Amino acid sequence: MIFFLETLIGGLLAGTMYSLVAIGFVLIFKASGVFNFAQGAMLLFSALTFVSLQEHGIPFLQSLLLTVVVIVIGAVAIERAVLRPLMNRSQITLFMATLGLSFILEGLAQGLMGAEVRALDLGIEDTPLMLGEVMVSQFDLVAASTAAVLVTVLALLFNKTHIGISLRAVADDTRAALSIGINLNRIWQIVWAVAGCAGLVAGLLWGARQGVQFSLSLVVLKALPVLIIGGFTSIGGAIVGGLIVGAAENLAEVYVGPSIGGGITPWFAYFLALVFLHVRPAGLFGERAIERV
Amino acid sequence: MTGSSKLSILAAALMLSTFGSTSLARAAPNEQFFPLATYRVGAYASSGIPVWAGMIDYLRYINEVEGGVNGVKFVWQECESEWTAEKGIECYERFKKGLDGAPVAIYHPNGAPAAYALSDKAAADRIPLITLGYGRTEATDGSVFPHNFPVMLTFYSEASVFINYVAQQEGGFDKLKGKKIATVYHDSAYGRETQGPLDLLAKKYGFENIQIPVADPGNEQSAQWRQVRQAKPDWVFLRTWGVSTPVAIKTAARFGFPANRIVGDIWASSNEDVLPAGDAGKGYLALTPYPGGAEFEIHKRIKQHILDKGKSDLKDPKSFGSVYYNSGLINAAIAVEAIRAGQKKFGNRPLTGDEGRWGLENLNVDDARLKQIGFHGLMQPLKLSCNDHEGGGAAKVQQWDGAKWNLVTDWVHADRKTLRPLIDAKSAAYAKEKGITPRDCSKES
Repeated sequence: MIFFLETLIGGLLAGTMYSLVAIGFVLIFKASGVFNFAQGAMLLFSALTFVSLQEHGIPFLQSLLLTVVVIVIGAVAIERAVLRPLMNRSQITLFMATLGLSFILEGLAQGLMGAEVRALDLGIEDTPLMLGEVMVSQFDLVAASTAAVLVTVLALLFNKTHIGISLRAVADDTRAALSIGINLNRIWQIVWAVAGCAGLVAGLLWGARQGVQFSLSLVVLKALPVLIIGGFTSIGGAIVGGLIVGAAENLAEVYVGPSIGGGITPWFAYFLALVFLHVRPAGLFGERAIERV
Repeated sequence: MTGSSKLSILAAALMLSTFGSTSLARAAPNEQFFPLATYRVGAYASSGIPVWAGMIDYLRYINEVEGGVNGVKFVWQECESEWTAEKGIECYERFKKGLDGAPVAIYHPNGAPAAYALSDKAAADRIPLITLGYGRTEATDGSVFPHNFPVMLTFYSEASVFINYVAQQEGGFDKLKGKKIATVYHDSAYGRETQGPLDLLAKKYGFENIQIPVADPGNEQSAQWRQVRQAKPDWVFLRTWGVSTPVAIKTAARFGFPANRIVGDIWASSNEDVLPAGDAGKGYLALTPYPGGAEFEIHKRIKQHILDKGKSDLKDPKSFGSVYYNSGLINAAIAVEAIRAGQKKFGNRPLTGDEGRWGLENLNVDDARLKQIGFHGLMQPLKLSCNDHEGGGAAKVQQWDGAKWNLVTDWVHADRKTLRPLIDAKSAAYAKEKGITPRDCSKES
């Protein structure tokens, strides 16, 4: 029973790391209906920028602030060079644009900052912590707390600020939002900047765990089943989806894996997502699309 | 700017790039082409970049300091493979006919996917492939695989080296009985390759053989290390690759498993594997046929003639003497020595693929030769033959101290005699499947 509990809790905590990645997708999808394929590349670019600044002797906080500035500049540039010329095009066109953008960002990141692996020490202990007889990871606890803080900040941003209300208006009905004078271009710039910052948080935590390297851009593969389960338009859904994926894949690996050869975590998450697609196509918290036919 | 002037500039740029690149790579009649299928971008670029630097620096050293191999200088050209099979094949097809008359004697696929994809193709083209530390283990049997050379350390040998090292630490093979040895492996053909030899060795020595797979890319391994913690193994053999190695080391620490009881394999033994793990990597052990360190004689020579003169391919001088840089040196040195061996039979001229294969099968780099070429201590003696395309079969064990690798053993040899029947059975099965009649190695010279 202790082992089961430990696996379950460990899985839930690991799932919050997936949620952190998924939140960036949700923000952009919610505001523009675009599935941003470049989210992984943005995560890599921002984490690489941060460690590169640190390598030049710039202290932690200043590096963080400068990285945020780079993200904001990047968001404005993306909106102007990629999104604005494609406004009113189909969603698949915008999706393909983000696909191209991901390759450009990955190439730029490696070209400008190098392809070598960088260590990232955030000063978070990654040693075991015993809660009674159950062992949990201190690092995962910090990651879970970070996710909670991020969700709270985003909830405040969306519900209590003028920008947030504008964002919600655009998400609910773009044309109506435009008709009352909301600047769509500015909203997209803000959304991409906020998604970039969410990507930075995820990139730093994943980078601290595995090193800052190209494969950081692949952690988005973990976010896709989370989004399918939680829904593409709900930040809360991203959190719940992450918890479900984390717990399910850990339990499956330990209890089902050995009987079918093991190594099942990557596809089990997608299997679970497929099951959810059959039961709740919009995900647990996603908005169901209703169209007049 | 008018449309026509834009076109003129574009045409000029195209002409410049076309003729510029051709002249840079143009080979003279007495040159040997050394194709370089590299991966400088993508997920594995950080591992590849120091390897190519090691190869290029050594070739440059041979050309500029030694005047080539008996007067035959090397010319090389790169092709980006991104460590993928499809681009690896494209590169091979581009390179196989040589470069401006300079022939290919030996080809490095530089990646397991390309190595498997090219195995039959290269045999048809009669071009030998060197796959140091990867590729088909059964290609050790050169009677069935005349053009595949998994030189120095196959996956079977590395499994045996690991068990022999554990036996050394435990005080003898009889002490292995009842021990628990877990292998945490990348769930791929590479990762699964040691299951057969470990099964055999577990039966021979009586240890419990626990196998725990990690699916690619392996950036979350809580479930696997929780299983390790539950099994309480005495030793863990870590057979991961890329990001799955630092994640494994960090997760092991998180679950309280000591780093000095984990032995990484050849692809989990580089600086790039341990640096991201930070303090968790201190004490981590790894076996390698190309130990890290820049204190070997060849490094002194390359530093003096290449590095200090600003001619190195290394962008980051910190990587000089890193495990992967040294693997590049050794890969290039084996090819150079094989060409030297081939020239003894065919004359001091550039060699073809067939002649390069002969050179490899008659390669004998002993201790005396290793001292001459400056590789003593860095590379093990290597003697290949028609019957044995591996040679060597040894590795050193190194330990990470948080900043650098320190060697903790001399060469630990594999029990190749015990493993050979497994290899012969696999190569015989391959020959049967493909309808290959094995060569009679007693008639090869």
